[in-house]
Amino acid sequence: MNSVIKGSGYCLSYTPGLMLHNGSTITTERVVNPDGEFLKEMGKHVRSYEDCVAYWPNQVYIGNADPEELRKVEFPYYDKKFENASRYGKFGEIMPEAEFLLLAQSCDCFEVFYLEKGFVEAHKKELAADPVITEAILNRVTAGSELSEIETLVSNGEAEGLYYENKLVGCVKRAHDIDVNLSAEVMLENLMNKASSVLAILHSLKNAGISPDDVEYVIDCSEEACGDVNQRGGGNFAKAAAEIAGLNNATGSDSRGFCAGPSHAMIEAAALVKAGAFRTVVVIGGGCVPKLGMNGKDHVKKGLPMLEDCLGAFAVIVSENDGKSAEINLDILGRHTVGTGAAPQNVIGSLVADPLERAGLTVNDVDKFSPEMQNADITKPAGAGDVPMANYKMIAALAVKKGWLQKSELASFSEEHGLVGYAPTQGHIPSGVPYVGFAKENIEAGKMNRVMIIGKGSLFLGRMTNLFDGVSFIIQKNTAENEQGAVSEDEVRKLIAKAMKDFAASILDKEAEA
Amino acid sequence: MSILKGKKVVIIGDRDGIPGPAIQACVESAGGEVVFASTECFV
Repeated sequence: MNSVIKGSGYCLSYTPGLMLHNGSTITTERVVNPDGEFLKEMGKHVRSYEDCVAYWPNQVYIGNADPEELRKVEFPYYDKKFENASRYGKFGEIMPEAEFLLLAQSCDCFEVFYLEKGFVEAHKKELAADPVITEAILNRVTAGSELSEIETLVSNGEAEGLYYENKLVGCVKRAHDIDVNLSAEVMLENLMNKASSVLAILHSLKNAGISPDDVEYVIDCSEEACGDVNQRGGGNFAKAAAEIAGLNNATGSDSRGFCAGPSHAMIEAAALVKAGAFRTVVVIGGGCVPKLGMNGKDHVKKGLPMLEDCLGAFAVIVSENDGKSAEINLDILGRHTVGTGAAPQNVIGSLVADPLERAGLTVNDVDKFSPEMQNADITKPAGAGDVPMANYKMIAALAVKKGWLQKSELASFSEEHGLVGYAPTQGHIPSGVPYVGFAKENIEAGKMNRVMIIGKGSLFLGRMTNLFDGVSFIIQKNTAENEQGAVSEDEVRKLIAKAMKDFAASILDKEAEA
Repeated sequence: MSILKGKKVVIIGDRDGIPGPAIQACVESAGGEVVFASTECFV
């Protein structure tokens, strides 16, 4: 039987301090244009935590509104407020910066993460009030250090400073004196990624209503790498996050594929469960520090707030078929292969049309397509356009070519079968998976039959190949009942045995009569 | 199509739009000379 989506967690961590000090656009600017206007002006474009929470796309991401409700909000979104916005949603939360720094400190296993004593004291109770934060995590938060010690570590270049409301409140120290793979910058990025994953795992467990002990395997599909000089991508983020989240019965591994990572990982998780190797698998993707403020220069130039102020994270729990949850159909997989080529019709054909055709379906049989779900509020001012819309146009064009749609239906396709983007530009985070939680709900509520999740990855950024990559899969209504209603192999054997017995008996009867 | 004939062309394709190699094939078929082609990710 197909494996099912048991639950999911979607979290944002508001981290303007990390954005202003560690985002790659900002760190690059400090090198190439240290006296430029952007660095002088950017501080004025940081929005408050309250504004970040009241931002429509963020409320959709954590599950307080369906993407279809966002469609009705007039674009742009940054100057509109979500009424009665909440920190918590059915899928997760938007964690304030101070609490997130304490959570990240709890993820440190090598005494490299320092927070100032007073800062810890001031905010530990706030973290403790979070309903998903466990006693074990709180116990890992240390009492803190003297500010003078932190200042010394930062000023002599041994550590990256951590800033809260423009004040130095902590630092992340290098984990090796000369190994660049364990530098302070890398340790900071990796620990923040790990902490955001932990938060998403905790929310996914709550959403699915399962115990941490039920999880047997974790797959991390982020875009960070952890290791040392001899194995720079050794891993394993999955098991590291599982440890802090209290998944004591789980092992795990990392799966990578740039932004396509989550879709690959979801297929792997579904296959592991369907094969019976593990009963419950969690797919996790943590936040990406360098991408904070990535389009900030354009946002500042156009007088907008710097909208990339949150680390994104997700966790999806895939488990054995329970007879009711939405399931992953591994018979309908889209795949961009080495031989597919780069022509747009081949790309969309391999990911969308080919798998549907193999299953005897068309695009009209899929209620919603979830490709790259980047928030256009962030990408449009930066000149990158509306990414989800670009994908829907390509899918619709191919559907017309196939004769599945009339030309006149091109415009309405994106509204009927598409979604508006609402995910932060955190690389792998917006790639297909943000809609898995909503897809499960809508399918289980009988509002939808099928949703296609499409992941695409820019492999060429790693300079190992010029290829790009992509995979897709279908989430559908639970079919366990149909399968149970069908005749099993065992029953067929019994039927044949009975028929042969009856036949033998009838021959014996005929012989006796003769 | 003759607007590209004999011209040197620099191509920057978009992963979520038209990839570089696809534009390159079109340019070459129209007689243009591609001096640089790449596909970029804008997100």
